[in-house]
Amino acid sequence: MNRAKTTNLLFQLTTFGAAILIVILIVGMLLTLLHESWPAVRRFGFFDFLLGRRWNYADNLYGAFRPLAGTVISTALALAAAVPVALGTALFLTELCPHRLRGIIGAAIELLAAIPSIIYGMWGLFALAPFLENHFQPLAAAGPGRLPLIGSFFQSQYAGGVNLFTASMVLAIMILPFITSITREAFKQVPPILKESSYGVGATRWETIWQVVLPCTKSTVAGGVIIAMGRALGETMAVAYVIGNRHGALDSIFSPYSTITSVMANEFNEAAGLQMSSLFTLALMLLAANFLVLSLAKYLLRPRI
Amino acid sequence: MRHLKPRKAVNALIMTLATLCAALGLFLLFIILFDVLRNGLKAIDWNLFLRDPAPPTMAGAGGLKSAFLGQGLLTLTAALIGVPIGVLGGTYLAEYGRHKKISRAISILSDIAVSIPSIVIGAFVYAILVNPFGSYNGWAGAVALAVIILPIIIRTTEDMINMVPWALREAAFAMGAPYHRVIWGIVYRSAAGGIFTGVLLAIARIAGETAPLLFTSFNSNFFRLNLSGPVPSLTVSIYQYAASPYENWVSMAWAAAFVVTCFVLFLNIVGRLAIKLRVKG
Repeated sequence: MNRAKTTNLLFQLTTFGAAILIVILIVGMLLTLLHESWPAVRRFGFFDFLLGRRWNYADNLYGAFRPLAGTVISTALALAAAVPVALGTALFLTELCPHRLRGIIGAAIELLAAIPSIIYGMWGLFALAPFLENHFQPLAAAGPGRLPLIGSFFQSQYAGGVNLFTASMVLAIMILPFITSITREAFKQVPPILKESSYGVGATRWETIWQVVLPCTKSTVAGGVIIAMGRALGETMAVAYVIGNRHGALDSIFSPYSTITSVMANEFNEAAGLQMSSLFTLALMLLAANFLVLSLAKYLLRPRI
Repeated sequence: MRHLKPRKAVNALIMTLATLCAALGLFLLFIILFDVLRNGLKAIDWNLFLRDPAPPTMAGAGGLKSAFLGQGLLTLTAALIGVPIGVLGGTYLAEYGRHKKISRAISILSDIAVSIPSIVIGAFVYAILVNPFGSYNGWAGAVALAVIILPIIIRTTEDMINMVPWALREAAFAMGAPYHRVIWGIVYRSAAGGIFTGVLLAIARIAGETAPLLFTSFNSNFFRLNLSGPVPSLTVSIYQYAASPYENWVSMAWAAAFVVTCFVLFLNIVGRLAIKLRVKG
C-alpha cells in the first residue's frame, strides 16, 4: 500500500513537472530575448530603436520602424482582403450550401490551413507574383494610381511582382481558413429560434444575418479575426519569399519592403554583434505583439455560460 | 418598413457575393494544389529519393535523399521529446491539478503558446543551444520543433482526458486502485485514440516547418545519424533551391514541395477522418 502511494506521488510530481515546463519555457524565452536584445536597446535607446528608420550595415545603425511598419501594413492589407471573403464563405456554408456539401466544402477550405507556409511562399513567388504583376498592377496603376497625392502608392516601379502587396495577398490566403472556420462555428451556434423569429416578422435572409446572427456572434467573429491577425503577424517563410526584403522607404504598395519576419529569415544567419542584437529585439517585439493579440482573442473567445 | 423589392434585391446581391466568396476559397485551394501537383510531377523521379545533392551544374545527377532522412530524423526526435512531456503535462492539467487555478493558467498559456511565431522559437533556441556550442546542430532543431508541438500536445491531451467519463475512474477507485494506476489503466486507455490523433496532427504541423530550422539545425548535404552537427533539412533545401537561379534546382524544389504537401495533407485527412469516426461511433 505504501509503495503504491510513493509511486503515485512520483507520477504526480512528474506530470506537474511536465506541465510547469511550458511556463518555464515561455519565461525563459522572454528572458533570453530580453538578454540578447539588451546591447541594441542600450546602444540606440528603446524609443529611438522603435522609431528608427535606418537599417544600415555600413554604419552599424539599426531601427525597427520599417520592418514594424511592413508587418503592420501587410497584416492590415491581408485582413482587409481576407475578412470579407471569409465571412461570405461562412455565410454560404451555414445558410446557402446544400446540406450534403457543407461538410466537404468546409473541410476542403480548412485544408488550406494545413498546407505548410513554405509551399505558400513558393506558390506566391512562382504563380501569384507574376499573375498580380501582369494582371493586377496595371489595373491599379490605371485606376487609383491616377489619384492626386496618393496615386504614386499604386504605381509599380519594380519588376518581378515581389512586393508588399503580393506578400499581403499570400497572407490573406493563408488566414482565410482560420477566419472561415471560427466564423462558421459561431454562425452554427446561433439558436434557430432567434433566426426563425426574425423570418417570422418578415425579414429577408440578409436582414436576419445582419440584425440577428452577426450581433449574436460578434465577439466570436472578432476573436477569429484576431487569431488570424496573430498568425499573419508571425508568418515567416511565405512572406520571406515574396516581399523582397528591401530596407528603403515605402513609396508604393507594389515596392519590395521588409517585415520583422523577413528581416529575421534573411539576415539572422549572417548577423553578428549589434545587428544580431537588433534582430533579437525585433523577435522580442514580435513575441510581445503576438502575446497581446492572442490574449485578446482568448478573452473574446472565452466560454460563456 | 421599406418596400419589399429593394430589400429582396439587396438580399439576392449579398447571397450571390457569399457564394462567390466560397467559390473563390475553393478555387484557391484547387489552384495551389494544382500548381504544386503540375510542377512537382513534372520534376519528380526516383533520383530525388535515392541520390544526395549535387551542384546545380550537374543537372539530373542530384537528389535530396539526405534532406528527406534529415527532416525525418528531426521530426521524429522532436516528437520523441515533445509528445511524452506534452502528454504528462496534459495529464496533470486534467487529473491531479484539475480544480487548481494554476492548471487553468497553464492551459490558457498553452493556448496562447500554440500561436507563438515559429521564427521566434527558432531565435530563442539559437540563443540557448546554438550560440553557446558554436555550431548549428540537430539537437537544437529537434528542440525547436518540440517546443512548437509541446503546447499543442498538452491541450489535446487535456481535452481528450476530460472527455473520459468520471464514472469509469470511480469504478476503478472503488476497487482500491491508486490514482496513477487509474490513469494508466483506465484514463490513458480510453483517451489513447484521441491523443494519438492529436499527435498525428501535431506531427503534420512540424513536418513542413522551415523557419525554426533555419537558425538551429540549418542545412547540410550529408546525412549522418548524429545530431551534433548541422542536419540536412528538406524544407530549408526547398527554400534555398527555390530561391536559386538554377532551373534544375527550382524544379527539384517543386518536386520536394509536392512530396511535403502530400505527406502533410495525408496526415491531416487521416487525423480528421479519425476524429469524425470517433465522434460518430
